[in-house]
Amino acid sequence: MKAIRAIAVNTFKEAIRNKILYSLIFFAFIMMLISLVLDQATVGQRNKIIKDLGLGSINLFGIIIAIVVGINLVYQEIENRTIYPLLAKPVKRGQYLLGKYFGILLTLFVETLLMSFFLFLLVLFYEGRIDFYLLLSLATIFIEIAVISAVAIFFSSFSTPFLSGMFTFAIYIIGHLTEYLKQFGNDSGSFLLEKITLFFYYVLPNLERFNFKAEAVYHLSVENDKLVLTILYGVIYITTLMILSVVNFERRDFK
Amino acid sequence: MQRAIETHKLGKVFRSGFLLKKIPALSDVSLNVEPGTTFGFLGPNGAGKTTTIKLLLGLIRPTFGEARIFGKSVDEVSVRAKIGFLPERPYFYEYLTGLEFLHFCGELFGLNQTDRSRKIESLLNLVHLKGAEHTQLRQYSKGMLQRIGLAQALINDPVLVVLDEPMSGLDPIGRKQVRDIMLHLKEMGKTIFFSTHILSDAELICDQVAILIKGTLKSQGKLESLLDPKTYSIDVCLRGVAPEKFQTIESISNTVVCHNETYTVSVSDESCLSRLLAWVIQEKGQLISVTPRKESLEDMFLEEIQESTR
Repeated sequence: MKAIRAIAVNTFKEAIRNKILYSLIFFAFIMMLISLVLDQATVGQRNKIIKDLGLGSINLFGIIIAIVVGINLVYQEIENRTIYPLLAKPVKRGQYLLGKYFGILLTLFVETLLMSFFLFLLVLFYEGRIDFYLLLSLATIFIEIAVISAVAIFFSSFSTPFLSGMFTFAIYIIGHLTEYLKQFGNDSGSFLLEKITLFFYYVLPNLERFNFKAEAVYHLSVENDKLVLTILYGVIYITTLMILSVVNFERRDFK
Repeated sequence: MQRAIETHKLGKVFRSGFLLKKIPALSDVSLNVEPGTTFGFLGPNGAGKTTTIKLLLGLIRPTFGEARIFGKSVDEVSVRAKIGFLPERPYFYEYLTGLEFLHFCGELFGLNQTDRSRKIESLLNLVHLKGAEHTQLRQYSKGMLQRIGLAQALINDPVLVVLDEPMSGLDPIGRKQVRDIMLHLKEMGKTIFFSTHILSDAELICDQVAILIKGTLKSQGKLESLLDPKTYSIDVCLRGVAPEKFQTIESISNTVVCHNETYTVSVSDESCLSRLLAWVIQEKGQLISVTPRKESLEDMFLEEIQESTR
């Protein structure tokens, strides 16, 4: 456990000092721009649009950083051979990978937290109060980011950064369309196609499940069961991916 | 007593490319390293030294054979608590300071804060990095990186120290510093296993050597038993003899090297030497030095390489 913690903290430190958080400046800039434009264009729906676009930007930024960091951190360690002295110590490869994952998660958590803080400030400025409903969406956005990081780690446990990046991004896109995928199989009338689409429907992450933006923005009620199931789904999905990543990593030769 | 390192017919075949072509890197390597020895693992570039070291540390898995450290399989994670390892051309986390990096390494061994601080203090002194510990590693020079690498390899007070090319790429001062640290470790009774192609360094500090060429082990044993103790040749340095006169000593020696009007004549044994000396006196030449040459590690190394390419 100590080793996992040490690796996680070290990963976090590297990521922060590597100026990853500078990406936040872009986020802040985009949000300012959006609010300035909206300030002139609309009146009634303005606040809702700011919240909606704010959540959307946090989501997109989080995902991009999750992919970039998730893929590069593990690959770079192998490429730069910083992994050799680590694995020559009494550290299991599984511990190493988990430490890396938690370190990346910690980085993304801080990033999401800062972006959220900025959004809250913006809303406070326009609405004059803090909208706690947004927390619901922000929490599920973070679970989605955590799932995508696990996908990135999974691919980089056996593939190159370029391919891992492509695969992870593809999974992110398809992950938001799995409902359509299932629908497409059902409508096709082909037995084989139906089975194939059903297989992918269950294997690929259903990322739309983590989308609570509308509920948060329009203050719609959400059943507790649905929320608990969503969290559980995320945790199980991440656990499965991490187990597969560790299995891959255990077999790997560090040439 | 258990051997520090023991491999039995260790072999590795890499698979590379789209068709997974087989590339043999190592075959039938059986090494025995007794505890307390300083073992030089020699070989030209690409001979498979680093591959062997990676196999010993479980970074890659053998295709054939097995490797044991202190009697335990290298796959057992616990065995690595006794090992300190410095990789070739070490490259560590750029953005950490030397101190943070050493603390991090100590944490991986489960050392607590107080033990770590005490150990790090003495290691910084040993590797002459006191004063540079708060600098980020990306600002370290090559020699400093090598020394911080040695420090991280020693943080757990290892019984066995494995160093991959510890002196390569360093300037003469850096090399001497690393060599002195190794001699210090030797005095402390540690088992040192290191790979190198700098033979003069190896000759200075090794008790035992093994020579690896093209993935196979050519010779292994104590340095004094591997090197021929009898005199290899005798070099005679002289001056003041006209160049054309040297034709008359062709029967004594055919190796004459001239540099700045000083001639170095190599003869193979003592009878040739006395004939040569008589000739120098006869020609009224001036004798500068007589140096007997024994077989050096370099001679043996080159001989092995020549044999393997034959």
